[in-house]
Amino acid sequence: MAGPKYPGFDTLALHAGHSPDAATGARAVPIYATTSYVFRDTEHAASLFNMERAGHVYSRISNPTVAVLEERVAALEGGVGAIATASGQAALHLAIATLLDAGHHVVASNSLYGGSHNLLGYTLKRFGIDTTFVSPREPRNFERAIRDNTRLVFGETLGNPGLDVLDIPAVAGIAHGAGLPLLVDSTFTTPWLMKPFELGADLLYHSATKFLGGHGVAIGGVLVDSGRFDWEKSGKFPQLTAPYEGFHDMDFEEESGTRAFLLRARREGLRDFGACMAPMTAFQILQGIETLHLRMPRHVESTRKVVNFLAAHSMVESVGYPELASHPDHALARRLLPRGAGAVFSFNMKGGRPAGRAFIESLRVFSHLANVGDAKSLVIHPASTTHYRMTDEDLEKAGITAGTVRLSIGLEAADDLVDDLDRALKAAQRVGP
Amino acid sequence: MVEGRRAFVYTAAHDSGPAKPSVVFVHGAGLDHSWFGLQSRYFGYHGRNVLAVDLPGHGRSEGPPLESVGRIADWIVALLDAANIARASLVGHSLGALVALECAARYPERVERIALLGVAFPMKVSDAFLEAARTNEQAAYDMDTIWGHAPRVPLGGNPNPGMWMYGDTLARLARLAPGVLYTSLKACNDYAAGLESAAKVKCRALILIGRRDMMTSPKSADALATAIAGGQAVHIACSGHSLMAEAPDAVLDALIDFLG
Repeated sequence: MAGPKYPGFDTLALHAGHSPDAATGARAVPIYATTSYVFRDTEHAASLFNMERAGHVYSRISNPTVAVLEERVAALEGGVGAIATASGQAALHLAIATLLDAGHHVVASNSLYGGSHNLLGYTLKRFGIDTTFVSPREPRNFERAIRDNTRLVFGETLGNPGLDVLDIPAVAGIAHGAGLPLLVDSTFTTPWLMKPFELGADLLYHSATKFLGGHGVAIGGVLVDSGRFDWEKSGKFPQLTAPYEGFHDMDFEEESGTRAFLLRARREGLRDFGACMAPMTAFQILQGIETLHLRMPRHVESTRKVVNFLAAHSMVESVGYPELASHPDHALARRLLPRGAGAVFSFNMKGGRPAGRAFIESLRVFSHLANVGDAKSLVIHPASTTHYRMTDEDLEKAGITAGTVRLSIGLEAADDLVDDLDRALKAAQRVGP
Repeated sequence: MVEGRRAFVYTAAHDSGPAKPSVVFVHGAGLDHSWFGLQSRYFGYHGRNVLAVDLPGHGRSEGPPLESVGRIADWIVALLDAANIARASLVGHSLGALVALECAARYPERVERIALLGVAFPMKVSDAFLEAARTNEQAAYDMDTIWGHAPRVPLGGNPNPGMWMYGDTLARLARLAPGVLYTSLKACNDYAAGLESAAKVKCRALILIGRRDMMTSPKSADALATAIAGGQAVHIACSGHSLMAEAPDAVLDALIDFLG
């Protein structure tokens, strides 16, 4: 008997989760724009509600188009399953709200997307969930911050905006040693650049708005479970291992084993918080995923050209890209990100705020906006936008200065991008410091 | 406790009662009670005593794994004794199907009906698979996952929304203690009494066959159904070996028809 072979990444990106539509033969994923689904009879209805049969009841809980996206991302990541959400932030919230109660604590990297920092540092505090932020550069920082009431360790695969590379094997080892799961935001890397579950992470999520969708047309998130964390053995998660009055006294772990986390997240989190994804959004993100394996190499290739250009430019003080030997996580990136360190990075300009303003306003191909991971190249000034709520001290901890500019490299001709940056840097130089 | 060791059974959150008919669900090699999640839950909520077992060494039941189909059949009856259940229908998948068959042959007075899913006789395991299970478990988990589903599974949709069948199977297998899969596969491979036991079965038997099964051939399953006097074969066109996950509604409907 021949040895078994899994389908390749490219094949899964195009097919996982979907067979041609049984009713019409449609090859593309149909957009099931329906809120609800007709029951065959009352017995069938009762069976669906009581989880005795698989199927859809109401599109806040599940929808056939959204389910294709969920299964496809789970397949690409090597997870047991996934839940698509209204945004990446909704995915992070769903993970936390499923696992943590008031009085619990998170240990998080301090190198985070500003929105995640807001959620953890401010908003969740109102609901009794505290967070200790630590520098991800030294994994032992996570260990030192773990308390008795800690229930989650969290970081970004590539920290925002300094591109700190999270040492997932080391941090996962620390988390597991304390009976805790490691959740990572994998938005910047996508499964094409890194498979966090293979490195030891337990849960991950994407802002699918970014590279997964890839075209800047839809907001969405996807939360994926590896199914590898043993909630029962940990003993710290009665949310999953004890009867839950809010869902017919279900013990989610006993009921479904490896699917316990996703079962509660869907049956409680989507039911009660309601941050579900619309089927049209799922369709748009699926269109993006179908070319993820073609886009990501091009994103990375062009990024390398732009990084090399900037690193040699006299107006540029420093470039923070892990493939450069000057980046503090260079060696780690070589180990964990052999296909490339993504297409979003920051650099520090000389010349202060006036020069920065002249630079941004002189760009013609790059678009000045608050997003990353688009097919089009993007630029932003974090200190005045995505990270504007952070104190100067926190900004400094996250490696941001007033002259920091973040670029997201798109799919235009790389030479055009370099020319655009060259022109804008000359304009900045004319303004001077 | 069964035979002096801690054993886990899922009961669908219902207490066992003498007035209710009983159904025991027996999973296959390397898996656990939740492999029958939807089906066992249905019967638990529809007037049956449900005992979905974790076989020794699997899931939450204490090891070590038992080394032969006959020993597991004896263990199932010891479980019935421990639960004060005189007679039950048995629903088994793969290794669990052989166990149900052997139970019905050895203990006809204890077995009401048997439903055999993903079954064949002989249930030969390839040398490569057995050797991988013995020496290199990840390779064996990969074989189990790929051969354990219909070829369309990785490129098609899961009836259970949002779930990835391959990932789920791999995650379950990753939780096994070393040697459990090998011991269980070897029990399947070594089982030699299939036709003899089939001839002894006096109760009704349902044989549920996935037409795309790459582990237990549909042809061999049909032959086993013929060898059981009260045997009835039902084919599920789209399914591979993991019938409960690949075709959960078709399996449940067939079990409802069969068990009443």
